Amino acid sequence: MKDGMTNVLVVGVGGQGVILASNILCEVAVRAGMDVKKSEIHGMSQRGGVVSSHVRFGEKVLSPLIAAGQTDVILGFEAAEALRFAHEIREGGTLLASTQTIHPPKGPERKDSVKYPANPLEDAKGVCRGRVVPIETQKIALELGNPKVTNTILLGALSTSLDIDLEVWRETIKAMVPPKTIELNLQAFDRGRKAVEDAG
Amino acid sequence: MSVKETNKVLQFGNEAIAHGAREAGCYFAVAYPGTPSTEILEVFSTLPGIFAKWSPNEKVALEVGIGASLTGSRTLVTMKHVGVNVAMDPLMTFTYTGVRGGFVLVSADDPELHSSQNEQDNRMLGKFAKMPVFDPSDSQDAHDFAKLAFEVSERFNTPVMLRETTRIAHAKGLVELGEWAEPVRGENFVREINRFVMMPAFAKPRHTFAENRTLELKKFSNEWEGNRLELNDKKVGIITSGVAYNYIRELMPDASYLKVGMPWPFPDEKARKLAEHCDRVLVVEELEPFLEEEAKIAGIAVEGKAYFPREGELNLDKVAMGLHKAGLLDNAPQPITGAPVIARPPVLCAGCPHRGIYMALKKVNADVYGDIGCYTLAALPPLETLHTCFCMGASIGNAIGAKLNEQNPQHPQVAVIGDGTFFHSGMTGLLDAVTSDVNITIVIVDNDITAMTGGQENAGTGHDLMGNTVPTVQIEDVCTAMGIKHLTVADTYNYDKTVEQLKAAIEFDGPSVIIARKPCALFPKKKKIDPYVVLNDVCNGCGACFRIGCPAISNSGKTTEKGLTIAMIDPDACTGCTLCQQVCPVDAIVPMTREEVTA
Repeated sequence: MKDGMTNVLVVGVGGQGVILASNILCEVAVRAGMDVKKSEIHGMSQRGGVVSSHVRFGEKVLSPLIAAGQTDVILGFEAAEALRFAHEIREGGTLLASTQTIHPPKGPERKDSVKYPANPLEDAKGVCRGRVVPIETQKIALELGNPKVTNTILLGALSTSLDIDLEVWRETIKAMVPPKTIELNLQAFDRGRKAVEDAG
Repeated sequence: MSVKETNKVLQFGNEAIAHGAREAGCYFAVAYPGTPSTEILEVFSTLPGIFAKWSPNEKVALEVGIGASLTGSRTLVTMKHVGVNVAMDPLMTFTYTGVRGGFVLVSADDPELHSSQNEQDNRMLGKFAKMPVFDPSDSQDAHDFAKLAFEVSERFNTPVMLRETTRIAHAKGLVELGEWAEPVRGENFVREINRFVMMPAFAKPRHTFAENRTLELKKFSNEWEGNRLELNDKKVGIITSGVAYNYIRELMPDASYLKVGMPWPFPDEKARKLAEHCDRVLVVEELEPFLEEEAKIAGIAVEGKAYFPREGELNLDKVAMGLHKAGLLDNAPQPITGAPVIARPPVLCAGCPHRGIYMALKKVNADVYGDIGCYTLAALPPLETLHTCFCMGASIGNAIGAKLNEQNPQHPQVAVIGDGTFFHSGMTGLLDAVTSDVNITIVIVDNDITAMTGGQENAGTGHDLMGNTVPTVQIEDVCTAMGIKHLTVADTYNYDKTVEQLKAAIEFDGPSVIIARKPCALFPKKKKIDPYVVLNDVCNGCGACFRIGCPAISNSGKTTEKGLTIAMIDPDACTGCTLCQQVCPVDAIVPMTREEVTA
């Protein structure tokens, strides 16, 4: 959060909801009265590729992309994807990542290719210049009885690292999720916050 | 007439262009889908009081757009950068005739080749075609320039190019929207033979008109405030345009700038003023040295591609590196390396109907001349059963040429082309195959939709962009009418039968066609039948299912007694297409029981 600019990188695998989460984050920032830019990189396939979404907000945003190693917060939807981008965290930044793992299809794997890491978020600690906070999104979602709230759990976690009024977050979530799921999503949001607080 | 209140909203560049065009009173929009341009028409089609349609290819779209403009309609035509190549023929002459209703062509360029076969810079095509080019730097520019482009088109009697890049099209920023003007729809076609019949005697004076128009547009470019001169620090002046402006401006906030919103005709007088104010002038732009060359032609000493790359997208780090090379930044940005991480190459989706035909093509070991679509992904492991890909519609011609020249044939010669691509520009290739009586097989993979760009309607879909029911064209009727004597329709979920049909088509003496028909697994609705499961105690770890490249099949982490990897099927991803079951030699893949599914 250098020079009043906040850089958030939302990463995961195509189909996980990375784009939706970054859209909600953008809306939160707009409602908080800031200038916002967002830019995505995703591969050619409709499903299963690496997705990363750059969100920048502050008084005036120029570049739609974050400079190398200048990310304040990474929100990782998948553990190996969090590892892939962990070095982008600036000194003192935060990597918030789901412990969920998604293995790529076996077919395209070559003998010499890198294997899926045994513990991606442990590896991330070796690369990341900031704090690494694993979040057991699947476990929390199961406790809440709905696998679809992973997204909101992670946004709750993210809210602990950003200087934006909690009311703005809650109002935006209320406005952007299906009406019947508002209560469930607000619970998920709080559980995401708690997960980070419990991690200390 | 509806009026929108002025407000700021977060929009993609493509949304902003659609809204800008609508505010300018654009009535008619036509396009062929192509990343990163597709969403412009999808958004425009939802706005009130307009008409929007897809055409079978970019050339037809442009010609339809010309017809609309000739009646007086304000017209928007959109396409990706390589689509403009297809539309170049009518475009080169339309710039001679000029317009009736305002005409804007959006060229969506793709530096970094996120989803394209090349990274051509269409500012050069705009100049070549003698049409003004606008180049937005963010969503607000995209909106404002789209609106202005219609005004410029009618004022100067010219089609206008609005050139954007992926980083504009698919990036969101805040946009202040304006009011919607009444859409301008043409009354009727007005005859004007000496302007619209471009035979030599009539075309010559139109060329003169176009050259004079460029001089007028140059005056406009030098006056227009969108070519923005910001005279600050005298040490260095920067000429820049497009998304690059944001990077350099963030890195050098105090420098002097010429932010070019209209690269062609180039605002040379403003560039000269910048050069007079500054000790040194740098040009920072993505891809070709377009502004740099224009400045040099105008006799202005500038530096550009000596420091900044000509390939790929720019970003803050690449621009900082360029500044360092130019001696304007003491410390070079240090590359930060991360951990080595698994690759996630693009693959055909679980349940993709293209998979079965490629398994069959692999079985018969064919040389496969490919085309543009999801099915191009078969070039990658583990299928690796597609051997060329040049442009839309190239497959059939490539196969004909190869077959006519091979002296020592090793493999069957097969062209693979999708339904959308066949309608786009495959039909003339098929005609050539028939009249050349060449012994090739043409596989038309027909999934009823243009899938790779997100599921757009085509001639076979049965409804249009606005949701109306429309007549469909049957591919087999087209093939039969053209004179194809051997034609079969394959169900690609039936592997053995597909192989049999493919072999019969290859054995046929003369051009043969197989239509591999099955709806797309994702569009318009995601396919879902009961999933399949691997029996761990039966799987022998042979890997046959891995080799079909299905993203639902992965390593279970368990091994057989011989230490071979046991497969696992993700029940959420599996669509129940059964292809893996069909290739499993030990019947280890079975349908999940109802109880397992609900658990």
